[in-house]
Amino acid sequence: MTTVSADARTLRTLADEPWVRFAVRRLGRLLVSVWVLVTASFLMIHLIPGDPVRAALGPTAPLSVVEARRQVMGLNDPVWLQYLHYLRDLLHGRLGESMTTGLPVSKVIGDRLPATLQLAVLAFVVAVALSVPLGLLMAVLTRGGRRRPVELGFTSTSVVLGAIPEFLIAVGLVYLFSVRLGWAPVAGRAGPDSFVLPVLALSVGPAAVLARIVRVETLTVLQADYIRTARAKRLSQARIYLRHALPNALTATITIGGLLLGALVAGTVLVENVFAWPGLGSSIVSSILSKDYSLVQGTVLVYGLGVLLVNLVVDVALAALDPRSTIRES
Amino acid sequence: MRWRGVLRTPIGGSAAALLAAVLLLAILAPILWSDRADAIDTSQILQGASSAHWAGTDSLGRDVFFRILVATRLSVALALGATGIGVATGLLLGTAPLALGRRVGRLVTAAVNIAVAFPGLLLALFFAVIFGVGSTGGLFAIGFAIAPAFARLTQTLVAKIAGQDFISAARIAGVSRPRLLVRHVLPNIGEPLIINATIGAGNALLAFAGLSFLGLGVQPPGYDWGRLLGTGLGSIYVHPEAALYSGVAVIVAGLAFNLFGEAAAKSLGHRTARTKAAPPSPRKDSTVDASSDAVLTVEDLWVTFNGVSPVRGVSFGLRRSEAVGVVGESGSGKSLTALAITRLIELPGHVSAGRLSFLGTSLLDEAPDRLLGTSMSVVFQDPMTSLNPTMRVGGQLAEVARTHQGLPRRGAWERAVDRLSAVKIPFPGRRARQFPHELSGGMRQRAMIGMGLMGTPALIVADEPTTALDVTVQRQVLRLLDSVRADEGLALLLISHDISVIRQVCDRVLVMYAGRIVEDLPADGLSLARHPYTRALLGAVPSLETDRSLPLTVIPGRPADPSALPPGCAFAPRCPLADARCRQDDPPLESTEDGQRVACWHADIAVGVGHA
Amino acid sequence: MRELRFEDVTVRYGTRRHGTVAVDRLNLTIPAGQVVGLVGESGSGKSTLARAAVGLTPVTDGRILLDGEPVLHGWQSRRESLPSAHRARRPMQMVFQDPYSSLDPRMTVGASIAEAMPRGLSRPERRAEVARLLELVELAPERAEVYPAELSGGQRQRVALARALAGQPEVIIADEITSALDVSIQGTVLNLVRDLQRRMRLTMLFISHNLAVVRYVSDHIAVMHHGRLVESAPADEVLTNPQDPYTRELLEAAGQGPYQTRRSR
Repeated sequence: MTTVSADARTLRTLADEPWVRFAVRRLGRLLVSVWVLVTASFLMIHLIPGDPVRAALGPTAPLSVVEARRQVMGLNDPVWLQYLHYLRDLLHGRLGESMTTGLPVSKVIGDRLPATLQLAVLAFVVAVALSVPLGLLMAVLTRGGRRRPVELGFTSTSVVLGAIPEFLIAVGLVYLFSVRLGWAPVAGRAGPDSFVLPVLALSVGPAAVLARIVRVETLTVLQADYIRTARAKRLSQARIYLRHALPNALTATITIGGLLLGALVAGTVLVENVFAWPGLGSSIVSSILSKDYSLVQGTVLVYGLGVLLVNLVVDVALAALDPRSTIRES
Repeated sequence: MRWRGVLRTPIGGSAAALLAAVLLLAILAPILWSDRADAIDTSQILQGASSAHWAGTDSLGRDVFFRILVATRLSVALALGATGIGVATGLLLGTAPLALGRRVGRLVTAAVNIAVAFPGLLLALFFAVIFGVGSTGGLFAIGFAIAPAFARLTQTLVAKIAGQDFISAARIAGVSRPRLLVRHVLPNIGEPLIINATIGAGNALLAFAGLSFLGLGVQPPGYDWGRLLGTGLGSIYVHPEAALYSGVAVIVAGLAFNLFGEAAAKSLGHRTARTKAAPPSPRKDSTVDASSDAVLTVEDLWVTFNGVSPVRGVSFGLRRSEAVGVVGESGSGKSLTALAITRLIELPGHVSAGRLSFLGTSLLDEAPDRLLGTSMSVVFQDPMTSLNPTMRVGGQLAEVARTHQGLPRRGAWERAVDRLSAVKIPFPGRRARQFPHELSGGMRQRAMIGMGLMGTPALIVADEPTTALDVTVQRQVLRLLDSVRADEGLALLLISHDISVIRQVCDRVLVMYAGRIVEDLPADGLSLARHPYTRALLGAVPSLETDRSLPLTVIPGRPADPSALPPGCAFAPRCPLADARCRQDDPPLESTEDGQRVACWHADIAVGVGHA
Repeated sequence: MRELRFEDVTVRYGTRRHGTVAVDRLNLTIPAGQVVGLVGESGSGKSTLARAAVGLTPVTDGRILLDGEPVLHGWQSRRESLPSAHRARRPMQMVFQDPYSSLDPRMTVGASIAEAMPRGLSRPERRAEVARLLELVELAPERAEVYPAELSGGQRQRVALARALAGQPEVIIADEITSALDVSIQGTVLNLVRDLQRRMRLTMLFISHNLAVVRYVSDHIAVMHHGRLVESAPADEVLTNPQDPYTRELLEAAGQGPYQTRRSR
């Protein structure tokens, strides 16, 4: 008797801890988002006007084949039953079969996912490695209105670079380095050479945007009262920038970086098509065009899950870095 | 009206011109050139650039250059259409919490938050599957893909407005919810929304180009820039101009929208105009004698920002164990004086003085960091923002000792804890390990004072140290400052707008107005103040002894604006004693027999101006 | 002029376990035509009480009564079932602390004031009334066409006062109305408030953290601490014979009592 109530009491006191409440709330949000994603990708097929199987197989396919396919895919069952089967299959890792090739969708995705991941992760690393030091340097150099021409040059360059979409940069790079100079292969994924142009195309835009944001955030931080206090304590410049300004500037940068990673993931779709990269991006476009809805569904699911995971990592990183955030959330 | 200011900036003007050109092209190009764009010539298939065809020809021999020009209309129209759908949807979703009440609002907010997590392209592909491939499908796909971001933006803007007092006032006045939305909220969020919509139109243009490039957007026989780019890519080895020129068109149009929106955002955010201030008139104030006891000597201190001088020739001195208060309202320059003395003013501010010496060392050229770090301590107004939120309190104190006194980590920490107990913070060891937000306001301010006591200070400069605190906590902090001063024999320079605070702690009071000292008198002689401003100030602020049957002293007009000062005495427009001489000549700060100073032509008239 | 009474009023935010009690079983009467000054520091609950009185915050427990009847707020009094006399007026009005957020920047001063007026006035009538109110707060009637951005903080507070009076209220709640103003302007606004209250015999709840200001304006002083009312007495009594230790602390901090002017030598 006493042990039960003691457990109940420890549970209740645990629930009062702000970080526990934060973890529970964040996981709850993740679960709801995943459920929304799963349901949306399920509904995707059912919201399409007309018969998806007929659309995939074409108008000349015999009726018997179409009917057989429909039966196999369970499309004649009532919608709610289909939904339950869909959820059950998902939990077992079964994503259905491609309507055009008949291969299991999970295999197709499994084959192509690593290529996309490599591209996205490399591009992110390059973008961050370029932009964060550049943004910091620019902030330190141009604070208080110093060096106006440098500020103007940096801002205009980064605005222009950030405004050019990645597929245009990709086309431009292909033209310059492959067609004209022949330094890098035009398409395909074979050897480290072939990574250079796609990674560059994916990372230049985000790097420019991120550098600008890092600069603006650092400048804001440098105006803060606690930096004035640090200067009043006559600490060295290095200590003021690295120990006082940087940790506070990072918090804002992490949020934006998280958003950019999400957008990078989507940018792979475009860049992969330019370079005929054998990843998920090129397959999703061809599967939309060929109306291979099972494959589209699976790919959308995978992309969506990737984005949600990235957001989770960003939130956890923020909570760990900023001691006030968990309290603020509650 | 204010949009004209946008056009005057270089970026705004050129972006606007570019945008106008793009829009003009969108309207006129198909009318002028669609026959040339559609003219099939099978003898000229896939040619490179030439004088006849500036961008070459495509697989049917059509002139690519004119196709690019004619495609402007479809590309721009689709972009604007998608933006319209996105903004309208976003506006509806974003104002839902206000219009439909709390419960529905929370549901909508949650839905938007989930949708916002997904990048636009992903949403666009999702909707493209549902709405089908093609222009209409793409229109809705991109429109609904950008809607969540606009919904989030609208929500943020609405929340900011809804928290303002005029909304509360309207609710109290009985204004209904829909009328509140239309009459009060929408006009106030209109401008930022339009600016973001302009930038959004640029992004929609690029997104649509991407969709068409992939083959999911505009389908043949229609063509937009994205489609031209996509077909051009196939022949990029042979005949790159098609792809490149289409790309350039997309970039230029996208930039036109984006830059115009950003230029508008920048210039509409800045309301202050750079006015040309009148040249400062020099005034010869009496100099301060520097005794051997002097901790701080200031002579003719000027602080200038972009041609405006909020501090105009301040001179005073501070001796050991002396507590001097500086009182003034907004625009008086008191805070900037403190910042100038502590050498914390950075560009674009400029400090100059005839003399500025601290413990015998001049502070004018080289800032002697070690001296200032150990012997001068500064306490700022808001202890919440003045302490680094991501660093433990103990560490913030300890770094002073480690930097200037060479103490090792452990020794510095121990000194920090010792100082925290000296400022009467209970459980100092525990508090030192906490972060600033875990301490109360009064405790944070004590910690700031403790930080200043890490070295061996000879001077404490406190800029409005109690303004952000409750009145009972104020008293404790002032008492602390006073006892610290008595124990360590420090000099104290206390800046405040509240004369009762200064009266409690200081020996002497400097009254500042419009960047100058107008009176220098002992704290217990305030009732005998000579300057009309000082007397009026004392009469305007009620104390517990104020006669309730009489009205408070009224000082007509507003506090002086440093960028628009009249010639002569700055207080003349508001002064009951002002005459022609006051309006022409600025009275210098002159010493009287009893060591006080006052800057007024009529200082000897002991008229009852107000009551103290 | 009517009497405002708080009867056992409790305002709680959040849930029972993780919430805060901002106002705790408060009983206070503001006699008709008189000024009660409410003093308290941050977190005392005085602003919450003010918002509850005008209906911006829901009351968790207890009642707020105007002449013995529960208060009807602006939008409630527009219900068709009520007699038209009730519908016309807004019984409670409030003047806020921040002069820069209390006026809609996109509406002229005249429009802001007119919005608070009872329905059913014609345009010329409204305009005349706006002019009358502006003169009452010592502003030129031509200011009705001006936007708030062109006015100073003190002028905006006077417009806010005019707007409060436009609704022909029974009770005015003034929430820290001079705290955000420059010291030299506070005097003008305080004089005006006192003058108007005496002339129109308004019932007023005057809230401030500054005891000296409250004393200057009020007939009766009430002290709040952590959501509770700790002292309530006529102004002179509170100052000469404070009962509660917290009141004594406030008095000392305002410069009265043993820790007078000061300084150790």
